[in-house]
Amino acid sequence: MPVQYTSIVDEHLCVRRAAGIFDICHMGELFVAGPQASAFLNACLTNDIRKLAIGQGQYTLMCNENGGVVDDLYAYRLGDEQFLLILNASRIDVDVAWLQSRHAALAEFQSGTHLDSASDRWGAVAIQGPRSHEFIDQLFPGPSLNGTSVHRASDLKKNQVGAWTWATETIWVARTGYTGEDGFEVVAPATIIEEIWNKALADGKSADLQPCGLGARDTLRTEVCYPLYGHELDEQTTPIEAGLGFFVALDKGDFVGREVLARQKVEGVAKRSIAFRMTEKSAPPRPGYPIWAGGSVVGMTVSGTQSPSLNCGIGIGYVPPTFAEPETSIEIEIRGRRFQAVVVRKPIYRKPPVSA
Amino acid sequence: MSSQVPSDLLYAKSHEWARVQDGVATVGITDHAQHELTDIVFVELPAKGRQVHVGEACAVVESVKTASDIYSPVAGEVIETNPAVVNDPSLVNSAPYTNGWFFRVRLTEGAPSGLLSPADYAAQIGA
Repeated sequence: MPVQYTSIVDEHLCVRRAAGIFDICHMGELFVAGPQASAFLNACLTNDIRKLAIGQGQYTLMCNENGGVVDDLYAYRLGDEQFLLILNASRIDVDVAWLQSRHAALAEFQSGTHLDSASDRWGAVAIQGPRSHEFIDQLFPGPSLNGTSVHRASDLKKNQVGAWTWATETIWVARTGYTGEDGFEVVAPATIIEEIWNKALADGKSADLQPCGLGARDTLRTEVCYPLYGHELDEQTTPIEAGLGFFVALDKGDFVGREVLARQKVEGVAKRSIAFRMTEKSAPPRPGYPIWAGGSVVGMTVSGTQSPSLNCGIGIGYVPPTFAEPETSIEIEIRGRRFQAVVVRKPIYRKPPVSA
Repeated sequence: MSSQVPSDLLYAKSHEWARVQDGVATVGITDHAQHELTDIVFVELPAKGRQVHVGEACAVVESVKTASDIYSPVAGEVIETNPAVVNDPSLVNSAPYTNGWFFRVRLTEGAPSGLLSPADYAAQIGA
């Protein structure tokens, strides 16, 4: 996926107003199957996988023994004993090695769990935007054949996933995404993903579908404060610090990192993730800029950009909890000069309500 | 796409242009440069009165994705900057050789040297 096909701002606004398609083939696919698959995954991931009905997905995280994030990911229950994990491209090797080492260490789940690291054989595209549903049924006609049972793809509810066939292959279509808009993510064998991309572009013409690149993907997810591994999340940052406690099911039983996360929920954290917007005209904030409050440096930005939807600088950073309350005045140091900003509630961008 | 390379300007390898008239050079960035940067969202200009040398980083243009230094193609004193481009950075994209100019320099070391002719710049960018 290039940084942009035309311009980041145009692609970004196209996703917010119509539809955009992203080539996300670089992401990882790991199938986990067997009678112990659910128990194994619940011991490795923070969210409670038992909550998933067949044909449903959830956002979840994989932590190390210190509660630090190894990766954030989506887990889908494709069948009774069949799961699909979608991994960040930059973490595929680490994630697979991590899960394989857990598989070797957790003897009680070993024989009942099979891991299939399939990133080389599978690809994916993301179709995102309020007009995605207009052509998704044309792209994948008919009812689903597995997963969630629906008459048509546009009947999938948020986080539901269904199977369709393409030629002779099974593909999966999920109502999920990374942009804050309605949309669909399609996971298919690598041999046919390009055909799917091409047909999507053709079918999506009537809905003003445009191809969109990495640049727009980043501005879209920053506006809605979705984390990006390597920025909001890394092995020295816990889900609690990142504000993702909702996806940590402490009461489901033991999982890697549980002890530290339980302690943090009770005792609090030393740093917390904040969203901010610039309140004076400035150069765009970017990752790695110092955050000032009360006359000294208190933290650092991890994401930042000029928001195409809001026409101001926005970003995400980490500060001690005392400075994390919305409406706290802060300053962002940009190339040696400090500019005024304010802590805001997440998400920074909210869709305007449709007038009745 | 083929970039515009006006014939009445001089060019730096780093994609700045200079229009020299009566000992004063007006400076901006080329059509090729604005096209590479795409949507420009912020421009930071040097202060009036500042002395600049040839090749000295003295301004910044930012697109959504990156910040790029602008190097003065001439030596002298900054006597004027363009408020229009500070208020509306998109002018750099839409009018890089006219309304999107950045700053003016009173030349203190004579006529500029070491700059490219329009033909040589066009060759450099493959226009």
